[in-house]
Order: sequence, then structure tokens, then C-alpha cells
Amino acid sequence: MNWDVMWDSLPELAEGALLTIELVAISGVLGLALAVPLALARVARPLWLRAGPFAYIFVFRGTPLLIQIFLVYYGASQFETVRESFLWPILREAYWCAIIAFTLNTAAYTAEILRGAIQAVPEGEVEAAKAIGMGRWMRLRRVVLPRAFRIALPAYSNEVILMLKGSALASTITLLDLTGVARTLIAKTYMPIELFLAAGLFYLLITGIILQGFRLVEKRVHGVGE
Amino acid sequence: MKTAMKMMFAGAVAALTISGPAAAEDTLRIGTEGAYPPFNQIGPDGELEGFDIDIANALCEEMDRNCEFVTQDWDGIIPGLLADKYDAIIASMSITPERDKAVDFTKRYYSNKLRFAAKKSSDIKPTKKSLEGKTIGAQRATISAQWLEENMGDIVEIKRYDTQENAFLELDSGRIDAVLADMLVAYEWLDSDAGSDYEFKGKAVYSGDKIAIAVKEGNNELRKEFNKAIKAIRKDGTYQEINEKYFPFDIY
Amino acid sequence: MIDLHGFGNQLLSGTLVTLELGLVGMGAAVLLGLIFAPMKMAPLWPLRWIATTYTTTIRGIPELLVILLVYFGASRFVNGMADLVGYDGRIEISPFMSGAIALGFAYGAYATEIFRGALRAIPKGQIEAAQAIGMGRWITFRRIVLPQTWRIALPALGNLFLTLLKDTALVSVIGVEDLTREAAIATGYTKEPFTFYFAAAVMYLLLTVFCVIAIHYLEKIAGRGYARGDT
Repeated sequence: MNWDVMWDSLPELAEGALLTIELVAISGVLGLALAVPLALARVARPLWLRAGPFAYIFVFRGTPLLIQIFLVYYGASQFETVRESFLWPILREAYWCAIIAFTLNTAAYTAEILRGAIQAVPEGEVEAAKAIGMGRWMRLRRVVLPRAFRIALPAYSNEVILMLKGSALASTITLLDLTGVARTLIAKTYMPIELFLAAGLFYLLITGIILQGFRLVEKRVHGVGE
Repeated sequence: MKTAMKMMFAGAVAALTISGPAAAEDTLRIGTEGAYPPFNQIGPDGELEGFDIDIANALCEEMDRNCEFVTQDWDGIIPGLLADKYDAIIASMSITPERDKAVDFTKRYYSNKLRFAAKKSSDIKPTKKSLEGKTIGAQRATISAQWLEENMGDIVEIKRYDTQENAFLELDSGRIDAVLADMLVAYEWLDSDAGSDYEFKGKAVYSGDKIAIAVKEGNNELRKEFNKAIKAIRKDGTYQEINEKYFPFDIY
Repeated sequence: MIDLHGFGNQLLSGTLVTLELGLVGMGAAVLLGLIFAPMKMAPLWPLRWIATTYTTTIRGIPELLVILLVYFGASRFVNGMADLVGYDGRIEISPFMSGAIALGFAYGAYATEIFRGALRAIPKGQIEAAQAIGMGRWITFRRIVLPQTWRIALPALGNLFLTLLKDTALVSVIGVEDLTREAAIATGYTKEPFTFYFAAAVMYLLLTVFCVIAIHYLEKIAGRGYARGDT
């Protein structure tokens, strides 16, 4: 074990960690925003409304994130039309490709978590809301969704951790996230074990912070609820 | 149910024990990348092919050793040697002072130069002034990437790719303005359909590039054996035969 | 149809490697789960501490890092151990084995939690009843606890397997020629990334569907006695 190498790499790894956090935060928020309508459509009654989200969720949960990233980053540029379209300024950046892939991926998993939560909202509460004359939209906004979010919280915290771990794949498309920095440093020092361990510690630290954050939110949510 | 469980158990036990001791002495394990045409790549039949592979096979025959190839992503290729995943690296590796500290090199088996390649219509030149603010691609952990870091690090954005092939793919997609690469690899790509719109820009920026075989530090026996074999295949014409297969000029 | 430029066979053989990796990795994960779950519930705190450290650490580190660490670290570690016991040969761990062990190690932590939940779900009364009729600890575990754990844990294990199957794609970075690596190789050769990553995505989907059906079938077998009892 070469402790000096580990110690010296900390500032650069910390910089990589910042990019990792940024990627997770941005795609987490966008993914959640996309997941809500997806989940609602998924529990809707008409087949035409259900079918789309079902297929989307099925495809994104049924294929590896790595393949999804490669498809967005390398795959899209195979086509002339994509390279000449207005989307190219965004798609040419590895940064946005990573965000797009992570967002689409986490949206599928989060939608599935939310669907479960929406279906777990006690029937009685919905009926009570109906009885006091709440409209469909009002019921959704004031009763079903707040309740569903609370039910979904523990599962959602898991999903955020999974996304954090998945973000390591950004290193495969030239981004210098935590793993990317570690791999670049290994190319100079040839000490994979030391640097991957140091990077691993950073990931553990971030995981710890995220879990603590969710614990606080859960406490608050339940405090208000009861 | 019991049988299903037994099968699961058996599988798990096999996973942990199957990797028993392997006979170390008889076969020589050669580490290579498999994504660096025309030197080493994997074809539709799943077999390795290319200049490095032919040279390695010729050397093994000369040395009367049984050889076996192990493919490994480039940025892990020296760590893989250090971790005993193979006995030697024959993967178009340039001799650099940094690498020399970690591994031992044989004498060279070919020479190379670093040159920029970009679109024919682009007016990029290999000067600081022309490259300022541009995005340049190179393979991670190569002398090209290192050269960029040391000479242009403050004025260009460097994109590091896992494989050389991906760097060219990205040049073609327009994500990067130019690629810095070993001339001979770029030569092959420029010669192909994919690279027909591209050309070398300016003269080579670095021309002392010696490509050699890497062995573990202190493995003098193997290093000397390789040196002797390189000399022998240069002498008996095997080398020239392989050279001609890939390049119309001597690359030694 | 899309033109695979002669790489179709390679993609198929890669798919097979992916499935093998998934099964071997899952086997290792289940084994680790069965070892660590009882440890987590053991009365001795050092045992609990070891198991908890394992599950929390591993679940906070990206699988990609675990795979790279095992690949570069395992042979050093194993050979160091071998030296200690006086074995001077070289023990080789292939990329496939490194990958499978790493996946098993990463997913063993999840399997541990699943088994712990399942063990907890078994009514205490049953264990007491077994002991009352004179069954020893081991026999109680093997005849009463384990078969039921299996049935309770199966749906969760099935989900875990599907996730693991997709994460086998990560093993491509250490040179295992699985589906993802074959697609990358073909891309390098043909310069057609979309074609091959798309083909790989379709293969993964098909594999998933195939495995979902297989798991469903297994669950049916495991729940057999119960369905009859309930109706």
C-alpha cells in the first residue's frame, strides 16, 4: 500500500467528487420531474395512456445503463441528421449526454417506485376526499401525491444511492468524475488499488451524506404528518 | 426445490474454487489491447489480428514458446502486468521515462511519431496559436495524451478516450476539433473510408517514439529472450514480411 | 433488418457469456447472503459488526469500482495469502472469475438483506415447535427455516438477479467478452456505434424477458405447497 499516492490524490479526487455530485443532483431532479407524469399515466385506466409509460419503463429497466450511455453518446452521432440538427450543440457535450442518459434511466426506476406508492395509498383516504367533494385534480394534489411521496421516500433514497453508483459510468465517456479522475491518475501512477480505494472512500462519504439527508427529510415529513 | 438450491450452491462453490493454480512456466501470456488497428484489434471471427499480434506470434515461434493472448483495456494495461495478469505487453507501447520506472522495456520493435489529424477543410496547425481554445482528443494514458498535457494543457481542452477508435469516432462526429495520435495508427484510419475526409495537419510534433515490449521490472531473462528474438526475426526476413502486410514502408 | 457486418455470432456468444456471468455471480451472491444474513442476526457483536460493515460499505461503492478493485487486487491478495502458507506457485484468476466474484461480492450485500428479511418473517412458534419435538439447531435450520426462507426470498432474489444481469455489462471493462464488449469491439471495427449498441440493448431485453419467465416458473414451484394449503 502506498499511502502517499492516496494522500496526494485527494485534492484531485475531491474535484471529481464535485462533478459526480453535480451529475447526480441534476439528473436526480430532472428524473423525478419526468417520473411523476410517467407514474400517473402508468396507473391510469385507459390502455393508450398506460402503454407508452409501460414500454418506456420496461426498456429502460431492462437494459444496462452502460449501453444506454453508449447509445446516447456514441450511437446518436452515427446519424448525419442528428449531427446537423438543433440538438447537436447539446448532444456533442459528454456532460449533457451523461445527464440525458442518467435522467432517462432514473426516471424509469423512480416512476416504478411512485406507481407502487400511488397504488399503496389507502383507498379510504381517497374515498374520504371524494366524499368531502374534492375534484379529481385536487385529490391528486392534496391527498394522493403527498401521501405517495411519503410512502415512496425510503425506496427513493435507495434509488438515489443507485444513481450515485451508476454515475461512475460517466468516466467511460471522457468525463472526469470521481471514477474518471481515479482512472486518469492510475494512468500516471499505475496504482489502481490505492486510487480506487481512495475513490471508494469518497463514494462512501457521499452515500453517507445522502442517507443522512433523507433521514432528516423522513423525520420532518413524518413529524408534520402525525 | 431442493435440486434448484443445490444447483445454486454448486454454482457458487464453483465460482470460488474453479480458479485453481495454473501451470505458469509453459505458456507465455501476452497482454494486448485489441482496439488499436492496424496493430491489434479483434475481427468479426472474434480473433485478434494486426501487426503486434503477428510480431508476437513470430517472436513466440522464434523463442519456441507457447503464447496466449490476454486482452485488457489500455488504461489498465500496465497495472495488469504488475498484477501478474500476463508476462509481457505487446500492444504498441511507447517507451517513456514514467513507464520505464514501472516496467522494463525490450529494444524497440518499431518506431513512431505523433501527429495531429483533423478535417481536410479545417485550417488547424500544430502550433499553440492555432490550437488555442480547441478541443483535442487523445487516448487516455498514451504519450499523445501526455504530450498534450505537457505542451498544450493550459490552452486546449483535452478529451481522453478509452480507445483510440473512439477518439477517431468522435473526430468524425465533430465533437472534437483534432486528434493527436501515433502517426501509423492515424495513417490506417485516414486510409479507410471512415477517415477519407481527414488528413494530417503539419509535421510530427514528436518523433522519438520507440515502441517496445514491456515486461515486469527485473524480469531480465524474458527481456533478453525477446531482444534476441526481435534481432532474429529482423535478420531472417520474417519482420519485413509482416511489415509489408500493413505498411508500404519500413516502420522499424 | 439491421446489418451486423458478420458480427452476429460474436454478439450471440457474448450473450451467452453475459448469462453465464449473471448465473455464477448470482450463485456467489446467494452463498454470501446465506453466510452473512445469519451473522447479522447473531448474538455475538463481532459477527454482527463484520456483517454490517460488509453490507454498508459494499452498498455505498459503485459496482464498477468493486469490479476494478477485485480484478487488480484479488490476485495480489490471493497470491500474498498463498505465499504466507508457503505455496510458491502462481494462482491465476481469470477476468471472468474476477468479474463473477466482484458481482457476487457487490450483490451479496443485497442478498444478505433479503435473506435477513426472510429469516425474520418465519414465525418464532415454528422454530420453538421444531425444538420441542427434539430437532437440533442445525436440523431446525435445514428442515424448517431454510426451505421457507427460500420461498419468501425468491421474488426479491429474482429482482436482484435481473439487476445483476444488467450490471454484468460493467465487466466488459476488464476484458471479459460479454455482450457489451462484443458490441464495443464490433463498433470499433465497423464505426457503427448505434447499430451494435442497439442490437446489444435488444439482446439484453430478450434476456430479461426470458429470465422473468424463468423466475416466474421458479416462484410457482416454490409456492406449490402453499397455494394448495390456502385454497
